[in-house]
Amino acid sequence: MSATSVQTATPRWLGLWPAAMLTLFFLVPFGIMLAVSVAHRDVSGFYEWSFEWDSYARFLSAFFGKVMAVSISVSLTAAAICVALAFPFTVFLSNMGHRAQTRILVVLLSALALSEVIIGFSLSTLLSQTAGIGNLFHWLGLIDEPRAYTPSLFALITGLCYIGFPFAVLVLYPPVSRLDPEIVEAARVMGASGPRAFFGVIVPNLRGAIVGAFILVFVFTLGSYLLPQLLGRSEHWTLSVHITDQAVYQSNLPFGAAMSVFLMLVALALVGLASLAGRERGAA
Amino acid sequence: MTRALKTTYVLVILALLLAPLVIVAAVSLNGPQSLRFPPVDPSLRWYGELFRQSEWLVPLRHSLVIAACAAALAVAIALPLALYVWERRGIAAKALTGMGLAPFALPPVISALGFMIFWMTLGGYGRIYATIISHGIFLVTLPLVTISLGLKGIDRSLIEAARVMGAGRWGVFRTVILPLLIPYMVSGYAFAFVLSLNEYIIAYMVAGFTVETLPIKIFNALRYGYTPILAVVSVIFAALSALIFGLIGRFGNLPRLLGAERSQHD
Repeated sequence: MSATSVQTATPRWLGLWPAAMLTLFFLVPFGIMLAVSVAHRDVSGFYEWSFEWDSYARFLSAFFGKVMAVSISVSLTAAAICVALAFPFTVFLSNMGHRAQTRILVVLLSALALSEVIIGFSLSTLLSQTAGIGNLFHWLGLIDEPRAYTPSLFALITGLCYIGFPFAVLVLYPPVSRLDPEIVEAARVMGASGPRAFFGVIVPNLRGAIVGAFILVFVFTLGSYLLPQLLGRSEHWTLSVHITDQAVYQSNLPFGAAMSVFLMLVALALVGLASLAGRERGAA
Repeated sequence: MTRALKTTYVLVILALLLAPLVIVAAVSLNGPQSLRFPPVDPSLRWYGELFRQSEWLVPLRHSLVIAACAAALAVAIALPLALYVWERRGIAAKALTGMGLAPFALPPVISALGFMIFWMTLGGYGRIYATIISHGIFLVTLPLVTISLGLKGIDRSLIEAARVMGAGRWGVFRTVILPLLIPYMVSGYAFAFVLSLNEYIIAYMVAGFTVETLPIKIFNALRYGYTPILAVVSVIFAALSALIFGLIGRFGNLPRLLGAERSQHD
């Protein structure tokens, strides 16, 4: 480090281009959005510049309270299911051979990259009356008539778990694969059984990583926009759906922007919390 | 737990992830215009239909053009950013890294609304270049992460050696750093390409009514009822993602790209 500090491998001006691009197309849009969130709503569809807290005051309404309650409880449920399923999955995965790991990661990445619209369509087909599991249950004699399981809260949470699971595995993968295998080995040598080594050694060592992953999956599912519309009923719409609804269909940009600023603050706080939790333990 | 039980657990979950796609693949083979499982009159008719109907071909072309350009833009921003941040520790480096990571860490609807208001104010709303730039900025994180990983793996002594032999900064970059970074740039490009192809909310809010991408087209078509073409498009998209990630896995070190440090090639 000391020898290289004389001349770094890259010149200073190299930072100018990315700084300019990110400032212009990322910071400036945020600035404008902040300004719009305190602007006055113009009934003709846009807004007039002004400074008022009206849009933020609407957060105190029962409507907003209900939207928040739905968003948070749906995402919390999905995040809890995802992490509970993904943690043992990741531990087993990281102990496999390189080739098997690569193949499984390809499947996970493909599922993660899949458009929400395709996932929503696939799941609604799977849960539909004519082509879905209802047919299978009917054929097995479990139910009298094939039926549809969508739209429903169950379908929505299934969908959120579908997008959240690969994400949870990928977030857990680095800390889990870095866990020293000798710790587990030592516990086994001392006579701990498989499940005891798992719950007594692996889980406590990765507590921070698990909490961090839980928060990140929560933020990730909170951002889901299409699944609540495709798989849920309108009472299951989340904050993301309402932001778009206000901005595009209700022509109330200031209120949409205010909700968006609120969501951003919540997400930033949570992401910060997650990185603290991840640093505290496990991510050695 | 025994080895067999662990493998079963992993396989059951993978099967659940694949189940909806298997159903959709089967549904795409329906002969008549209906969604039935098992398929009625299996045929590949709708696969041909996709490439004949311009209402599907135009969004397909939009999606490909946007993904190809946006991923290139993301790499063009991420490469100098990663090089600048490499070996630097000041506030500027921290702020730049933060800006590079933030768009992806936040719920996408926030960036989408920000971009929408931005382009409305500046006048690019509804244009394809607005979608391309928005996607490019949104996806900077992916090549940034892969290229930074590549830089971390570069052996300092190689650079010292090149310098001792008389290479200047540009020479070192061209002959040592760049060749070592290319695989990471390619995988960063591929990640960004696939995600842009599948991205909905930003494309929709920036130019959804004029520049229809494939995910937007699928969503719009869903409202008018099901046709097997929807299943065909889903199958093609899933296959394309799997192919691209499969290629990265085949020619690169996917576990390392995703953060595992121990895993080596067999």
